[in-house]
Amino acid sequence: METAPLLKMSQISKTFPGVLALDKVDFELRRGEVHVLLGENGAGKSTLMKILSGAYQKSSGEIELDGVPVSIKNPRHAQDLGISTIYQELNLIPHLSIAENIFLGREPSKFASVIDQRALVRAARELLKGLGLTVDPSARVKRLGIAEQQMVEVAKALSLETRILIMDEPTSALSQQEIKQLFATIRRLKEGGVSIIYISHRLEELFELGDRVTVLRDGRSVATCEVAETSKPELIRLMVNRELTEQFPKRQATIGEEILRLEGLTTSGLRDISFSLHKGEVLGIAGLMGAGRTELAQAIFGVEKIEAGQIYVKGKARRITSPRRAINCGIGFLTEDRKSQGLVLRLSVGENLCLPSVDKFSSWGMVDRNKEKLACRRYIQELRIRTPSLKQKVSFLSGGNQQKVVLGKWLCSEAEIFIFDEPTRGVDVGAKAEIYELINRLTAEGVAIIMISSELPEVLGMSDRVLVMRSGEIAGEFSAYEATQERVLQCALMA
Amino acid sequence: MRPNGIALRQNFLLHHARQLGTLSGLLVLGLVLWALTPHFLTLSNLLNVAEQATIIAIVAVGMTFVILTAGIDLSVGSVLAFAGVVMASALHAGAPLPFALLAGLVTGTVCGLVSGLLITLGRLPPFIATLGMMSVARGTALMYTGGRPISGFSENFRWLATGEVLRVPIPVIVMIGIYAIAFFVLTRTKLGRYTYAIGGNEEATHLSGVNVRFYKTVVYGLAGLFSGLAAILLTARLNSAQPIAGMMYELDAIAATVIGGTSLLGGEGHVLGTLIGALIMAVLRNGLNLLGVSSFLQQVVIGSVIIVGVLIDMALKRRGKYS
Repeated sequence: METAPLLKMSQISKTFPGVLALDKVDFELRRGEVHVLLGENGAGKSTLMKILSGAYQKSSGEIELDGVPVSIKNPRHAQDLGISTIYQELNLIPHLSIAENIFLGREPSKFASVIDQRALVRAARELLKGLGLTVDPSARVKRLGIAEQQMVEVAKALSLETRILIMDEPTSALSQQEIKQLFATIRRLKEGGVSIIYISHRLEELFELGDRVTVLRDGRSVATCEVAETSKPELIRLMVNRELTEQFPKRQATIGEEILRLEGLTTSGLRDISFSLHKGEVLGIAGLMGAGRTELAQAIFGVEKIEAGQIYVKGKARRITSPRRAINCGIGFLTEDRKSQGLVLRLSVGENLCLPSVDKFSSWGMVDRNKEKLACRRYIQELRIRTPSLKQKVSFLSGGNQQKVVLGKWLCSEAEIFIFDEPTRGVDVGAKAEIYELINRLTAEGVAIIMISSELPEVLGMSDRVLVMRSGEIAGEFSAYEATQERVLQCALMA
Repeated sequence: MRPNGIALRQNFLLHHARQLGTLSGLLVLGLVLWALTPHFLTLSNLLNVAEQATIIAIVAVGMTFVILTAGIDLSVGSVLAFAGVVMASALHAGAPLPFALLAGLVTGTVCGLVSGLLITLGRLPPFIATLGMMSVARGTALMYTGGRPISGFSENFRWLATGEVLRVPIPVIVMIGIYAIAFFVLTRTKLGRYTYAIGGNEEATHLSGVNVRFYKTVVYGLAGLFSGLAAILLTARLNSAQPIAGMMYELDAIAATVIGGTSLLGGEGHVLGTLIGALIMAVLRNGLNLLGVSSFLQQVVIGSVIIVGVLIDMALKRRGKYS
């Protein structure tokens, strides 16, 4: 049955000085549907949503809500209209309780603006129950996991009588299990008549969850279609306007001698980890959130204190007590959170590229800037980093290019062992393929790679061997031939 | 929607407009004062202003390094007083001049290093560590002297403040030299690179293998060193080392740094901006004096200039970032 759309955005344009961010974009949202917004980084998804949530003002175009033209003045106004957003970076106050966060700014009060704590907790409990959550509403938010914090955001949105809920990459920090929970919640919201705009890079999710999908490319709306009537290759083609024939390109690396060996490595979060890694090999590490994957990377890189066990690099026992020592051993670490751990956003592309290897370019404490420039140019070219110059602040690059800068950092430091922690999180399909290709090129040159990833197809597609971690231990090892999604998942979940 | 050539070039211009903005603020201020009181634009008065600016300007160099690492040093004024009385008593005890000067510099540096170690090894917030040091250094200086100034020094020593080369006072030459060195350190050396990196993102810098604790401690040591240097110049100028010298200098130094465009969040700013900031404050004081404005009202005016200057800066930055 065709009904009038709840929301209609037509011919929306947005210009920033010198940039046309959105070019006459059309977008329509029906009542109670999950509408996926798809597009590469920089395609205009966030800009469009920021206009809808009142954070930006459109330059031209019309927005109709329930058939009535509206002009959304600011985020508060959007909220009053029933439009809420859950951002990738959650906006909760850690020291306040769940209930206080949900009703922040709208606390029920008795008299003289004394907060009615009991009414507050009661209302919060009601909301959480509706979401199938049993946490205590007076618990502090900082004690919650990311998935639960997200639920608090959802509860907050519901308390605002939200009709349109915008979710920006909600699953990027969640484990498989948590994603299932989130999806169940989204379905429940849908049944309750809430329309959801869902931004994601993960095509799998789209097919599981979405009703319709709109693809943006270069600030234009390319197509809107029913999810049931489309396919992955078609969507990828629409997004990048080229066929990505093979998501995980074939690789022909020869696996060489052993370069890294862990024997009985134990830290506060890891127990008795042993494995070896060879030149030219990609060792995938799978496991749920909290299984100890990142802790393992940190232990090898000298961030976590090693309590027992030994690390051997090229057959020699090495004591790695700081990142500096790890780097001197030829180890590079691409952290999972590139903005807070991988890059200094206020510095330039060049300065970031050289940060771990400034020593190499300096004598007597002075930096030889010509030497440095030459090295940077080389890596920018090799990695095809799209930047107008070395001096460009790295914060202005797209996610995929930022990731390449992090990669370049470790190439520049001449690392031979790369630890990738979620290398493709938050990068678009095109950049993903480029990163996979780079991994293949690295291994072809004899570099050894440890790849931690929550995306099983990625782990399985790229690895020569897969280790599965569970509560700080290695729960299983599979060769590329043995590893299937079912086996790995089963191994990771087994109690 | 960021990666676009045109938008970037505009941003680049805006970035430099920031520095030019502070400079043009100084020039406008100078023009206004010139119009109001012709005496302002005489060589002798301008040199006088520059000399007035030296002490705060030198202290503010160290402050700029510290603030670039996203820290703060509240102890610079007290450390100045402490270093001053140590050096003065060395002079009175008959120590050779170079030795006494070194004693002052070392005292300042050690105080700074202690603050730095409290922050890096002791994991104290910079505000707390240097607040403590502010009180400890002041108290020690007062105890050491019994609260009395140490006065009367040789002509040789006083030449450091009274001497001139080609009519330019020695302190001004020292100040220019210090800023040249600081500029070089910040742009060309590892220490400078890491100072910006630590302030921009301490964790990412640590994970890039930089010994963050070492460099942060060094930066606080530098702040102490510059306090020691300022102590020498101030003592020579006054012909007296006072345990109550340098009161509120930390605030003037912070103000000069911030007016100069260094972000209190760290990782962004330039030492040349700080120099202009220090000059603006000195010009303002000098001008208000020439105009016969009461010292009470002067404080109000200077405070307002700081607030308005930073407001304009923030408004410009916001436009540069979001539109």
